[in-house]
Amino acid sequence: MSEKKKDQLLHDHNHDGIDRRGFLKCMAWTGTGAFCVMKGGVLNSYSLSRISEISTSDMMGELSFVQISDSHMGFNKPANPDVAGTLKAAVEKINGLSAAPEFMLHTGDISHLSKPEEFDTVGQILKGAKPKDVFYVPGEHDVLNDDGKQFLERYGKGSKGAGWYSFDKKGVHFIGLVNVMNLKAGGLGTLGHEQLEWMEDDVKLLKHSTPIVVFAHIPLWSVYPEWGWGTEDSAQALAYLKKFGSVTVLNGHIHQTMQKVEGNVTFHTAASTAFPQPQPGKADSAGPMKVPAEQLRSVLGITDVNYVQSQHALAVVDSSLA
Amino acid sequence: MRRSVSIAGLAAALVLGIGLWGTGQKGSVTSAQEKMSTMEVKIDNFNFGPVTLTVPVGTTVTWTNRDDIPHTVVSTDDPKTFKSKVLDTDEKFSFTFSKAGTYPYFCSIHPKMTGKVIVQ
Repeated sequence: MSEKKKDQLLHDHNHDGIDRRGFLKCMAWTGTGAFCVMKGGVLNSYSLSRISEISTSDMMGELSFVQISDSHMGFNKPANPDVAGTLKAAVEKINGLSAAPEFMLHTGDISHLSKPEEFDTVGQILKGAKPKDVFYVPGEHDVLNDDGKQFLERYGKGSKGAGWYSFDKKGVHFIGLVNVMNLKAGGLGTLGHEQLEWMEDDVKLLKHSTPIVVFAHIPLWSVYPEWGWGTEDSAQALAYLKKFGSVTVLNGHIHQTMQKVEGNVTFHTAASTAFPQPQPGKADSAGPMKVPAEQLRSVLGITDVNYVQSQHALAVVDSSLA
Repeated sequence: MRRSVSIAGLAAALVLGIGLWGTGQKGSVTSAQEKMSTMEVKIDNFNFGPVTLTVPVGTTVTWTNRDDIPHTVVSTDDPKTFKSKVLDTDEKFSFTFSKAGTYPYFCSIHPKMTGKVIVQ
């Protein structure tokens, strides 16, 4: 069977060139390996197993980057006794992508216990990746013992407060947020007033057509509050982004891929490169989930993101390490 | 004659019994005190067990992390009455409660994990 799966723009209710229903269908496929690209207002999706048959021009956008997350360097329990090995496998996967990503985002829990040697090891391993620039936001495991001082020293150059910042690449505006500081008993992730005010100011003068990518460790939508999988004040942050036509939110923390489209916002969480966690409510707790050793790499992964300039949405593709 | 002997015997038995009971009582008070001076909380599966612990003033509570993920034990008051360092698997934290009161605490890494020590 050699036909490629291909969908055309069928429903354009908002007259903005986005077939949201088609995009949602496409997003549902990314879990099983679909590559979706918006080109010329048309959403095309291709089965990942057929990706070698698709022309490079069809696949590529003007900007591509990779998200990795939750490397937990230092973790050594049965769920994965070799997190350095699986991070190296993730780097190999990144280096094997046909469209070399320009840079990487790490959405936190770089280390497991905030130990200097853990951060050092991650740095060494990532040096082997083709994309040389890496942008980090901290996870709760990166700010233990010292209120995040070490994280700021290593990764916080040019950032504000606990390490939030923004930058632009090829017309896309990236915002790195910190939602793992000052966590309150019984609470969820939190952004805080200072960071929210900074963010409001940061996006105030941007054109509505600017694509926005927000990245933070804990999900900015309520995935499963019972396990702390959400951010208390994210609604305020998202309100500042209402005017933009395309917003992509990239998170980590939950060690599994999940996506949700809500209006102009696409939420996506990445797999961990270290160990998987159970689906919401499917276990007693959110702790590391043991899988048979031969299955481990299939539940860890990276996320590849492509953007075609002047189009609305970013194409987000997850691939496992297996 | 027999009655006096039996009464004496009864009295002797009683005295012996009271004596033994007294010793026994003292023994059990000591062990009870020993038992109450250190209490344990097990951390496992993102839970503190027991969630609420009631102890007398002067008790030392020891938290042991049996989970495969690190946790902390941090009181919610300000300034903090107690705050552990990060506890990896099998690491412990102890605190002696010298003042009566209610001490809610949580894990600062996973704030949904909460517990309480009531000191009476």
